[in-house]
Amino acid sequence: MFFKAENYRHPAFMEAVRDLAPQAPGVAAWGLMTGVAMVNSGLSVVEAIAMTLFVYAGSSQLAALPLIVAGAPAWVILATGFCVNLRFMVFSLHLRKYLMHLPRLERMLHGYLTADMSYVMFTKRFPNPSDDPAEQLTQAASLAGNTFIVWGSWIVASLFGIFLANAIPTSWGLGFAGTLCLVGILCSLASTRMRIFAAGVAAVTAMAAYNLPLKFNIIMAIGVAVVLSMSLERFLKMREGQGA
Amino acid sequence: MSFFEGTDFWTLAVIAGLTGVTIVTRSFFFFSSEEWALPDWAQRGLQYAPIAAMAAVVLPEILLQQGQFLQTWMDARWMGAAVGAAVYFWRRDVLLTIVVGMLAYLPLHLLLGW
Repeated sequence: MFFKAENYRHPAFMEAVRDLAPQAPGVAAWGLMTGVAMVNSGLSVVEAIAMTLFVYAGSSQLAALPLIVAGAPAWVILATGFCVNLRFMVFSLHLRKYLMHLPRLERMLHGYLTADMSYVMFTKRFPNPSDDPAEQLTQAASLAGNTFIVWGSWIVASLFGIFLANAIPTSWGLGFAGTLCLVGILCSLASTRMRIFAAGVAAVTAMAAYNLPLKFNIIMAIGVAVVLSMSLERFLKMREGQGA
Repeated sequence: MSFFEGTDFWTLAVIAGLTGVTIVTRSFFFFSSEEWALPDWAQRGLQYAPIAAMAAVVLPEILLQQGQFLQTWMDARWMGAAVGAAVYFWRRDVLLTIVVGMLAYLPLHLLLGW
C-alpha cells in the first residue's frame, strides 16, 4: 500500500518506481484505449469513471462491456469477470508467503492492487519470500512502489481516454502499445530454458483452447504449463541422478 | 455528452459487483489467517506461473485473428511484436521495445491496413 509511510519512505519504494517506469507508457497506452473503449461501447461518463476507479482490472472490464451493453443478466456478467480473473487467484496463492506477516486488511489491499504487471515484476525482483522482518519490509515497500506507479499510470490514462473518447478512434490501434509492453516483459522473463518451455506450452495451450467461453484458455494454459514444467524438471533431475 | 447522461442504477450495481470480483480474486488466498504453507514442490511449481500467464495473454493477441491462427503473413501485429522482441533482446529495455515496436506497427497498420 503506497499511502503507508513505512512503505513510501523506504528506499525500496522509489527503487520499484524506477524499475517500473519503462513499463508505464505501455500500461498508460492500454489504459487510454480501455477508457476509449468503455465510452464507445455506450457506458456513460460516470459509469466509465466508476469502472476505472473501482474495478481496476482491464481484461474483466473489456469482457464485461459487451455484456453490459447487451443487457445480459448481472450474474452472467459477474461470472464472466470472475473467470477472466481466475489467474489472480493463482497469483495470490503464490504471493501468500510473501505477505502473510501483514495484517489481513493490508495484505488484501496489496492483493487488490496487484494486477498482472505488478505480480510479474514483483516476483521477478524477489524470486523468494523471506522470513527476515527487514527483508519482509523491503519486499512490502517494493510492492507498494510497484503498484503505485502501475495503478497511477493506468488510472490517469484511463480517465484521459474517457474524456478524449471522441478524439481517439480505436482503429488507430494505439492499444497495441500495451501488447508490446507485455511482449517486453515476456522476453525479460524468458531467462532459462525451463521458463521458455513453460511459455511455449502456455502459448500453445492458450491458442488451442482460445474458443473456450469466458477466457478459460488463460487459466488452463497456466495450469498445463506449470504441471508440465514441474514434470519435466523432475524428469531431468531423475535422469541426471541416474547418469551420475 | 452530459456527465450523467445514460447513467443507470443497474449498470452501477454491476460495476460494484465487478469491483467485488476483483477484490475476491486478487486477495483470495490472503483472507484466511490460518497458519498453512504451500508444500515446497507447489511453491516451486508456481515460479512458472508468471511467464505462463504472460505468454497465455500475449501470444493469442498477436497470432490469432477472430480465434483463428493468422491466415496471412501480412499482419501488422506479429511483425510489430517480432520487431519489439528483437529490440528487447538487443537492448534489454521495455520502453524502447514499446517505441520501436509501435514505429514498426503503426505504418503497416494505418498506411497498408494490415
